[in-house]
Amino acid sequence: MSTDVSIVSFAQAPNVRATHGTTNGVEMLVPIMKAALDQVGLSKKDIGFWCSGSSDYLAGRAFSFIAAVDAIGAFPPIHESHVEADAAWALYEAWVKIRTGEVDTALVYGFGKSSAGQLRRVLALQLDPYTVGPLWPDAVSVAGLQARLGLDGGLWTERDMAEVAARSRGANPDAQIHEQVTADELLGRPYFANPLRKHDCAPVTDGAAVVVLARSDKAKDLSDRPTRIACIQHRIESAHLGARDLTTSPSTVAAAKAANADGVTLAELHAPFTHQEILLRQALGLGDEVVVNPSGGPLAGNPMFAAGLARIGEAATRIKPGERALAHATSGPALQQNLVCVLEAD
Amino acid sequence: MSAPLDIGFDYTRSLGPTLSRFVTGLAQRRILGARGADGRVHVPPPEYDPVTSEPLTELVEVAQTGTVTSWCWQPEPLAGQPLQQPFAWAFVLLDGADTPMLHAVDADDVHTGMRVRVRWAAEGGNGIRDIECFAPETGQTDVEPREADDITMITTPVRLKYMHSASPEESLYLRGLAEGKLLGQRCPACGKVYIPPRGACPTDGVPTEDEIELPDRGIVTTFCIVNVPFLGQRIKPPYVAAYILLDGADIAFLHLVLGCEAEEVRMGMRVEAAWKPRAEWGTTLENIDHFRPTGEPDAPYDSYAGHL
Repeated sequence: MSTDVSIVSFAQAPNVRATHGTTNGVEMLVPIMKAALDQVGLSKKDIGFWCSGSSDYLAGRAFSFIAAVDAIGAFPPIHESHVEADAAWALYEAWVKIRTGEVDTALVYGFGKSSAGQLRRVLALQLDPYTVGPLWPDAVSVAGLQARLGLDGGLWTERDMAEVAARSRGANPDAQIHEQVTADELLGRPYFANPLRKHDCAPVTDGAAVVVLARSDKAKDLSDRPTRIACIQHRIESAHLGARDLTTSPSTVAAAKAANADGVTLAELHAPFTHQEILLRQALGLGDEVVVNPSGGPLAGNPMFAAGLARIGEAATRIKPGERALAHATSGPALQQNLVCVLEAD
Repeated sequence: MSAPLDIGFDYTRSLGPTLSRFVTGLAQRRILGARGADGRVHVPPPEYDPVTSEPLTELVEVAQTGTVTSWCWQPEPLAGQPLQQPFAWAFVLLDGADTPMLHAVDADDVHTGMRVRVRWAAEGGNGIRDIECFAPETGQTDVEPREADDITMITTPVRLKYMHSASPEESLYLRGLAEGKLLGQRCPACGKVYIPPRGACPTDGVPTEDEIELPDRGIVTTFCIVNVPFLGQRIKPPYVAAYILLDGADIAFLHLVLGCEAEEVRMGMRVEAAWKPRAEWGTTLENIDHFRPTGEPDAPYDSYAGHL
């Protein structure tokens, strides 16, 4: 019996600056769970395993992910799990579950209402709680420190960063941010946190995403164009920012090597800062022939804890027959933890 | 409907052998790092080697001066950050260290390569915040170490502000309460009546719809007698916290039962709401101060067995 796993459907909530819904995500999740199941003609009883990614700290509520389970209609009782992380890692867990042979199908979902709190300050909670966290370095400032290392080291320029922003903002009319703008115009805009300008940072986004997985030999019955997960690996670096090489993403390199990520022509990179897209391209050795973030990527809409899953879904939606694609997800300060998912379409 | 939700906690953290020496060192106005397996001196000292994962026990003192290796400007400081006027975050590589530490630099002209010196906070014993920030090095003499007892715990307050939004269904219910009404909604799939109404029925995953006004009377399904005092308690124990199933509802909600001895409360006991004076009402279930027994015969067990 094959233990390959395929993506058979993907749905996402509109990425918006702020929803009126609650932090438990049900308003965003109910319609897209239905859409993802309808795409493959399945109902909830056909799903063997449910796995979510979200963050109680983002929501400001303990067990917010439990309230989200209401969106499933979890009766009769379901087989369910959760990661307090981007739902790309929930997809990893679901991939493992199918490969064990315990289940044939899984529905993975991620959601985040970033607008509820002050996102960049909430993310300071990811830092060492003894020696760094008490200073409350926000996520933008930490990214800015990383950006300047590359600027000082000649790895990228502010113009390179602006070009990433311009391309991302113009890429997708359906994204939260859609603006036709040139790098020159962007460079004329003021700094937000020198060296970063506002457009160098992903927007604050409320959103959610759903991916349905199935055993590959079953996937053909469910979808005309399933996308096979050829390999998926993730690695993490030290929690000590000073001990890390912040400009070369060794964990992404290690994950990509373990996932055998060569020969891709499409890449969806979870880079919430412009310099990080450049850094990841360099780390992964992605040449000009690789199309990067046709979805617009996180710079055009960054639903926290769903954005990494959405990279996988977007790559799976756009991959052409015979093509290899790479989807990347990140977690933690300055690209501390990275997941690489290699996709193939027959 | 939305309202601010401020959460906070003063975490007390025990430090363990490595960090207690680091924090004690800071209170003494000394900065300690740890030498790792590859010979690098890490500041602050990690508890475990970043490369080999072995415990790090050899601590070395580094200088109070160093070099900025990267920086990022903070034009509008956020709550809790080291300075409340604009400043630069920086990686500072202290003389004698091989890895930089993250802190703030109080200067307008921060640049990579800038030489900086620790500015110590007036009070010690607060861990990394014993360093108030870094300031431009102008050739001052080092601050002398001072006596400090061993520190094994620090307090790290966390304060977070959110805007909590009620769902459309919850908002309907809260506005109803402001008018003295108890509004539930029915799930279109299973027909159950939920109060409060919900964005997703837990058994069917669809929002509840048809609005139903429920009476302010019902029964106790299950309850507990609270005997234990706790932080934030508003009523003196013993008192009864009970699940109240309003007549016509399919789900109970938590409230208080007062107006009888705690040991008189029982499953199936019929109760009615005791409302606060109308002038005190808001968009909250607290408009009902508590539920009190009506004196009517108890509901038979079979009538509520399915709601336990």
